[in-house]
Amino acid sequence: MPLNEELRQFVTDNFLYGKSSAGLADHDSFLDKGIIDSTGVLELVAFLEQRYGILMQDHDLLPENLDSIDNLARFVGSKLSRN
Amino acid sequence: MCGIAGVMTADGEVPSPAALNGMIRMIRHRGPDESGVHVEPCVGLAHARLSIIDLAGGSQPMRNEDSSLWITFNGEIFNYLELREDLIKKGHAFATNSDTEVILHLYEEKGEDCVTYLNGQWAFAIWDRNRRRLFLSRDRLGIRPLFYTWAGKNLVFGSEMKALFVYPEVRRELDLNGLDEIFTYWCTIPPRTVFRGVFELPPGNSMVVEAGRVTVRPYWDLEYQDDCGAVDAAKESDYADRLLDLLIDATRIRLRADVPVGAYLSGGLDSTLTTALIKKFTDTRLRSFSVSFDDAEFDESPYQREAVRFLDTDHREVRCTSAQIGALLPEVVWHTEKPILRTAPAPLYLLSKLVRDSGYKVVITGEGSDEILGGYDIFKEAKIRRFWRAQPNSHMRPLLLRRLYPYLDNIQSQPDAYRKAFFHVQVDPALEAFFSHIPRWQLTARLKGFFSDSVRAELGADNCYAAIAAALPRSYSSWQSFCQAQYLETKYLLPGYILSSQGDRVAMAHAVEGRFPFLDYRVVEFASKLPLSLKMKVLDEKYLLRRCARNLIPTSVQTRRKQPYRAPEGASLLDAAAGEYVAELLSPTRIRRDGIFDPQPVEKLLNKFRRGAAIGIKDNMSLVGIVSTQLLVHQYIHHFDCKGIAYAA
Repeated sequence: MPLNEELRQFVTDNFLYGKSSAGLADHDSFLDKGIIDSTGVLELVAFLEQRYGILMQDHDLLPENLDSIDNLARFVGSKLSRN
Repeated sequence: MCGIAGVMTADGEVPSPAALNGMIRMIRHRGPDESGVHVEPCVGLAHARLSIIDLAGGSQPMRNEDSSLWITFNGEIFNYLELREDLIKKGHAFATNSDTEVILHLYEEKGEDCVTYLNGQWAFAIWDRNRRRLFLSRDRLGIRPLFYTWAGKNLVFGSEMKALFVYPEVRRELDLNGLDEIFTYWCTIPPRTVFRGVFELPPGNSMVVEAGRVTVRPYWDLEYQDDCGAVDAAKESDYADRLLDLLIDATRIRLRADVPVGAYLSGGLDSTLTTALIKKFTDTRLRSFSVSFDDAEFDESPYQREAVRFLDTDHREVRCTSAQIGALLPEVVWHTEKPILRTAPAPLYLLSKLVRDSGYKVVITGEGSDEILGGYDIFKEAKIRRFWRAQPNSHMRPLLLRRLYPYLDNIQSQPDAYRKAFFHVQVDPALEAFFSHIPRWQLTARLKGFFSDSVRAELGADNCYAAIAAALPRSYSSWQSFCQAQYLETKYLLPGYILSSQGDRVAMAHAVEGRFPFLDYRVVEFASKLPLSLKMKVLDEKYLLRRCARNLIPTSVQTRRKQPYRAPEGASLLDAAAGEYVAELLSPTRIRRDGIFDPQPVEKLLNKFRRGAAIGIKDNMSLVGIVSTQLLVHQYIHHFDCKGIAYAA
């Protein structure tokens, strides 16, 4: 499954509880759309670490890296390419 | 403390005694000692009595000397002895020693203004035969409940909505706007309830039904004034003395009863102080009660034990398990009569049972202190958010938010960049009046993502803050932001959740009456005029109260950080004790049939809990909210059964 699709699937299952994410564009902000809450960030971080073997540093925990499907894909892609 | 019910017919008919008996039977748990019904042309009044004052003479409904006035009354008038003395001086003759009769004579003397003389907690109806007028009233802060509806043109009222639902022609339908309010504010905004066409008389209001006209009018409201700024040591000492004097007197008159009075002892500042004050007035060993938890995250028993040792009370404790919470939720929802988003009422239901089983009917508790004296984290949180907003790029200011919630792991490990967004440091200017409450309300409102498409379509895109905005008093905008936050907590969450779902309903389920010295209106009015620095000094909550409590309670309790009362949440509903009814109520078939929620996300949520991945506040509130709503729909819409509570343990 393409990375964007896999990330969308996680967001759909965990934060939208399976409700259609058709209205969610890849560049839409999770914060602006009210999709993610305070614990949601922690769930997201745990997912990235487990699924992609990425070690998340404190300075990685920024909306620029985590706040949309596009941002996530770019961030994960760059982490994976460095490994 | 009791249960009341009644009917006023539009055509002057005599209401059916059988119907009134049926209504009062539904709330017999509130008053198991006696019951009575009075009917005459136009009106019927019913009463279920919990005998506390004038055990022999206080039966109700009660009439005056010439039977021109009749009353059914739930509550206590704590200054009844002083009022009685004044009334006797004015020539009134009393047939009983009850506080009920004092209300009747005071009404004779003052008419509708009689309520402004009362210091207490009440919901009552007076039938004024000569004027063919029904007068209903509810206490200032909403300690005692009063609901009403219309059966055709007849007014039907009672202490709990279940009493209304047994009256012929009263319909039981969910009010989706009421549900929308619960899933935003945790409570409905009076007069709305979660049942369509059923209304709650707002706290501090009276209602007159006369000549076919209905008038609801406020007789009291919270009022704050400009902060007077810095307070020197002498003034601070004076304020502390006056607050303590008021609390002592508020406690003293709340010990008026012809049965023994016990105390809830949570291990926090407020109830430890009220317990200490009770001891000033009693020579016998005071009985105290508390609830404790296996899970250290929620348990306060070490502080409770310390308070018990210090105050030398005869203490009883009930240990509440997660399994019990799950098993008891159906009974709890039957009593709360509204969905709940936290399980916290369940342990208190268990606690009132302990009180009752110990032979006690009355307990004094510390409720109200956090609202009126500035104890809640939400006040502190708003202060920090404003402080941060003044310097939005500061790295140090947001660290205060981590200090604020040491008991919430998720907040501790939250990235700073996100904390700014979640705590809504910037809010829509149109919502500035609600600055303090926006993070809570917006987080809660996300639960509405579980609503079905049809419910969301029916609710439309209305501004869900419109009802609360419309209800705000004119002076609200002139108050300090701290006072605005206090108003929102005291006016809405206190009566709509704390005093009802966690208070009256779960205590009266076992015929236990709570009494609240901090909610004596003299204390409330005094507190509302306090300089803000005495409520929260920088970030020290309830500063003045802590000062008052010095030497009266253990130092460890006086200086401990406030721990909000919480209980095990969503996971308790997956325990074996609850698993069966939860699986049934949340099955896709049932969810689809009831139509409130969308089956797919509900199933995903349940699975998230089952695999242990649900960790956040939102997941927990969602599950408790969905289960309690489904229970309410089952118990009140589809299977309203006068004989028993569906899924009761």
